[in-house]
Amino acid sequence: MGNELINTAGQNWMGANLAFWLLTAVIVGSAAAAAFARHIVQAAYALFFTLLGVAGYYALLGSSFLAITQVVIYVGGILVLLMFGVLLTNRPLQAKETGELGRYVIAIVAGGLLLLGALVNIIFNTAWKVTAGPALPRPETEAIGRMLLSNYLLPLELAGMLLLLCLLGAAYLVRRQER
Amino acid sequence: MPVGLHAYLLVAAILFALGLVACMARRNAIGILIGIELIINAAIINFMAFWRFGGGVMDGEGGLVGPLFGVFLILLAACEAAVALAILLSLYFNFGTIEVDSIHQMQR
Repeated sequence: MGNELINTAGQNWMGANLAFWLLTAVIVGSAAAAAFARHIVQAAYALFFTLLGVAGYYALLGSSFLAITQVVIYVGGILVLLMFGVLLTNRPLQAKETGELGRYVIAIVAGGLLLLGALVNIIFNTAWKVTAGPALPRPETEAIGRMLLSNYLLPLELAGMLLLLCLLGAAYLVRRQER
Repeated sequence: MPVGLHAYLLVAAILFALGLVACMARRNAIGILIGIELIINAAIINFMAFWRFGGGVMDGEGGLVGPLFGVFLILLAACEAAVALAILLSLYFNFGTIEVDSIHQMQR
């Protein structure tokens, strides 16, 4: 186990703050693009930058393991799957007469803003018990591996079973259907 | 002052609202899926922020519950994306489109 414990809330927070605000700009901007882009391919590309920014958040929050996992599984796996879906089910070269967004966009955006206002109200009016945060064991991946194979073995096995079932189910759903 | 819990929660709330709006406003079913991915990412940011700033009790064996929850959530998102895309492809084979407005019955 990692014996040297570091507290990531050290005094070197200027750079971390700068990184946080840069990542925030990337995340919010590209997430807005992912939600409102005219074409679905553009939305998928915007989602790429959102996911990368969120991976940076995980690194800032003290888990480089989760950041790498996010890049490998989300960006490398799920996003590629999404792009496959877009390109298999869309006709990208065909001009569309209707927009990508539905009819009630104004009402939906207003509802989203209302919800956001309620969430912000909750966030800033709740007395969260903020502590300095856990001191992280330095080689964090090793600790996660030990946890996964000792105390969290049952969830790990269940997750593996779920992945297998999902693969089988997905393959069954897209099988060639005889009519 | 270093960035604290509130900033992360605020960004997560913005991501959640954007994802919800995308889910409701998009015509294309893959756009809805993109909205769901945004919502899941907002949830993981919340888990990580509360772990980092609000947990504070645990070192050692139990101290990494935030990243563990994150890993399991990413795994669930992978499952969800695979099954959802299989359903969408099946819809596309059967209906010729994945615009959710034009699919309003379960059979052709």
